[in-house]
Amino acid sequence: MSISVNEASVGAEKKAPDYLDQLEAEAIYIMREVAGQFERPALLFSGGKDSITLVHLAQKAFAPGKIPFPLVHVDTGHNFIEAIEYRDELAKKIGAKLIVRYVEDTIKAKGLKEQTGKNASRNWLQTFTLLDTIEEFEFDACIGGARRDEEKARAKERIFSFRDEFGQWDPKRQRPELWNLFNGRIQKGENVRVFPISNWTELDVWAYLKREGIALPSIYFAHERELILRDGKLLNHTPVIESDPEDQIVTRQVRFRTVGDMTCTAAVESSAATLDEVIAEITVSRISERGETRIDDQQTEAAMEDRKKGGYF
Amino acid sequence: MDLLRFITAGSVDDGKSTLIGRLLFDTKNILADQMEAIERASKTRNAGEIDLALLTDGLRSEREQGITIDVAYKYFQTPNRKFISIDAPGHIQYTRNMVTGASNADLAIILVDARHGVVEQTRRHSLIASMLGIPHVIVAVNKMDLVGNSEDAFLEIAKSYQELAQKLAIKDLTIIPVSALNGDNIVDRSTSMNWYTGETLLSVLENVNVLKDQNLEDGRFAVQYVIRPQTDELHDYRGYAGRVQSGSFKKGDLIKVLPSEQESKIAKIEFGGNEIEEASVLESVTILLEDDIDISRGDTIVSLNNAPIVSQDIEALVCWMDDRKPLKAGSKYILQHGTARSRCSIRDIEYQIDINSYEKIDEVDSLKLNDVARIILRTAQPIAYDPYQKNRANGAAILIDETSNVTVGACMIE
Ligand SMILES: Nc1nc2c(ncn2[C@@H]2O[C@H](COP(=O)(O)OP(=O)(O)OP(=O)(O)O)[C@@H](O)[C@H]2O)c(=O)[nH]1
Ligand SMILES: [Mg+2]
Repeated sequence: MSISVNEASVGAEKKAPDYLDQLEAEAIYIMREVAGQFERPALLFSGGKDSITLVHLAQKAFAPGKIPFPLVHVDTGHNFIEAIEYRDELAKKIGAKLIVRYVEDTIKAKGLKEQTGKNASRNWLQTFTLLDTIEEFEFDACIGGARRDEEKARAKERIFSFRDEFGQWDPKRQRPELWNLFNGRIQKGENVRVFPISNWTELDVWAYLKREGIALPSIYFAHERELILRDGKLLNHTPVIESDPEDQIVTRQVRFRTVGDMTCTAAVESSAATLDEVIAEITVSRISERGETRIDDQQTEAAMEDRKKGGYF
Repeated sequence: MDLLRFITAGSVDDGKSTLIGRLLFDTKNILADQMEAIERASKTRNAGEIDLALLTDGLRSEREQGITIDVAYKYFQTPNRKFISIDAPGHIQYTRNMVTGASNADLAIILVDARHGVVEQTRRHSLIASMLGIPHVIVAVNKMDLVGNSEDAFLEIAKSYQELAQKLAIKDLTIIPVSALNGDNIVDRSTSMNWYTGETLLSVLENVNVLKDQNLEDGRFAVQYVIRPQTDELHDYRGYAGRVQSGSFKKGDLIKVLPSEQESKIAKIEFGGNEIEEASVLESVTILLEDDIDISRGDTIVSLNNAPIVSQDIEALVCWMDDRKPLKAGSKYILQHGTARSRCSIRDIEYQIDINSYEKIDEVDSLKLNDVARIILRTAQPIAYDPYQKNRANGAAILIDETSNVTVGACMIE
């Protein structure tokens, strides 16, 4: 038997709000808290679908005004050309200020040593450029498009994620975060990473892009491409990926499920050419977004947690 | 489709993380590569079988110690509803993380180990759930497999929990015998407990009515940001950006701005730059007024004939969350309420609440980490609030330490 007390049955006079509307309202609320609480916020923009969603939400949050903070891109120099073009066009179209800083420059200025060999990637070096950019512009808050459903360390992170003066995340001492009362108070030199779409899943993002009619870089849709087949994953065939004797060069019909650095983002074979077809494919996919496409997470058990502790997004 | 946010709570090792893993597994929401990763991690930890708790215990130290330290958020969906599940730690040391997760929950699943029954941490989490006004509570009497699936064992625990619930203001309570390990009465009905004829856990999660928990009466809108494009065509535009915390607003409504008490009328409501007719609870919109009055972040727009209390003297229940400094009468903090921040000083600790008996303890000088008490405080500026139990959104506040900037107290204004 189940024991129920006071379970009132309620007539449905008013319909419960749709989950996408709720997620959207929450994200807009968070964006506005950033604008209200911080002096020098920035929105980290990569040209990927999550940051495209963020820009759209920011536009809605501050309409008819402009987005009251710049878009910042940390360019590894290994990005997809389609994403870079999209980035520049979007910034121009909405009249946003775009700041680009290059990992290449950090490497030169600091004399950093790049990884070499088969799976060499600048993914880790990005953190140095990001921290330098934060210092250069004295950003006190950086808005990012990370979602909690992406990865198990991200699943633990607050929406206002406090970082010390070295950019470090301390997962064992996160600030309590109650209701929707976000505490953005910090000392000079510290900063807060803010994740307005924390509670969105990959499918929510796609459903939202569709509902809002938001255009995406073409690489998100099926197209023919020359690729490197390596360890069962399809990587873009480009000079920035060091070749390996075991590599096979193939031509396949693919799309990208995430758009990050080319050295650590794999393509998936697909014939989905429209948003509806992509959504249909992801709905039945039995593999997670990062599991299917990210090479950086698969190196060790706690790769993401360790990167975040070092100041990564 | 609508959305339900729920949290798991209860004492250490009662099976909270395993229960969430089981819910996701049985609703087929664990993807193949995630499952492989859990299997791999289970083996490296010599756990023998698959440890479903590893799905939420994602931090290195959590996996090493086999405990939950901070809340994990997992997302899943059934044909009827979308869910945000929040897995809280059971350790007393990490209670503030549980409070973090619980503050936004519509429903709490409080686990009880069938072998041990109601213990101190069950009482603490139940008290917190009721103070936070979580509208629905499910008590999952877990590990029924370890007590021979005995109906008597279940009934005894159910009885003692009901006694506890009577002392707290738990509005809607359901008690279910489960085994998170075997998946009994989680998604599928148990075949080992035929004496149980009530609902499964998932069925309660799918059917509980969330909408009725919202305050649809009292129009409250905390101003977050003032939109002033200052372009040629929008020269005089002043829009107040914010979220409807409760009730609703529409064009033509008479309003009052607090704490300044200025009155005006809503000229227009916009969303994403387009005019809309009405804005209701939880919607993020922009309000334009007919009169040019001085409004800034921290002000609250309310319905003219339905105003909250405006005062500098506040009484509140508080959960103390600072492990470095105790709360003492006379100390000063920053109170954040809605979008307003004001310095405040603690006038008095009226009484502390005993976690076991829920009785009042008088003459308390200071509060330590995880203590729960009623305090009196005075703010530097007036605050426009409603009692928390009537209006969660406008009765909640946090205390921030002025030097460390850390959030140290969760306040429910009475
Ligand atoms: N026999 C049996 N064991 C269970 C059941 N549910 C959980 N366990 C075991 O109990 C232990 C603790 O489970 P967890 O899910 O980690 O407990 P928890 O409540 O999340 O613990 P904390 O988060 O650290 O407070 C694990 O070894 C589980 O396998 C059950 O229904 N039956
Ligand atoms: Mg746990």
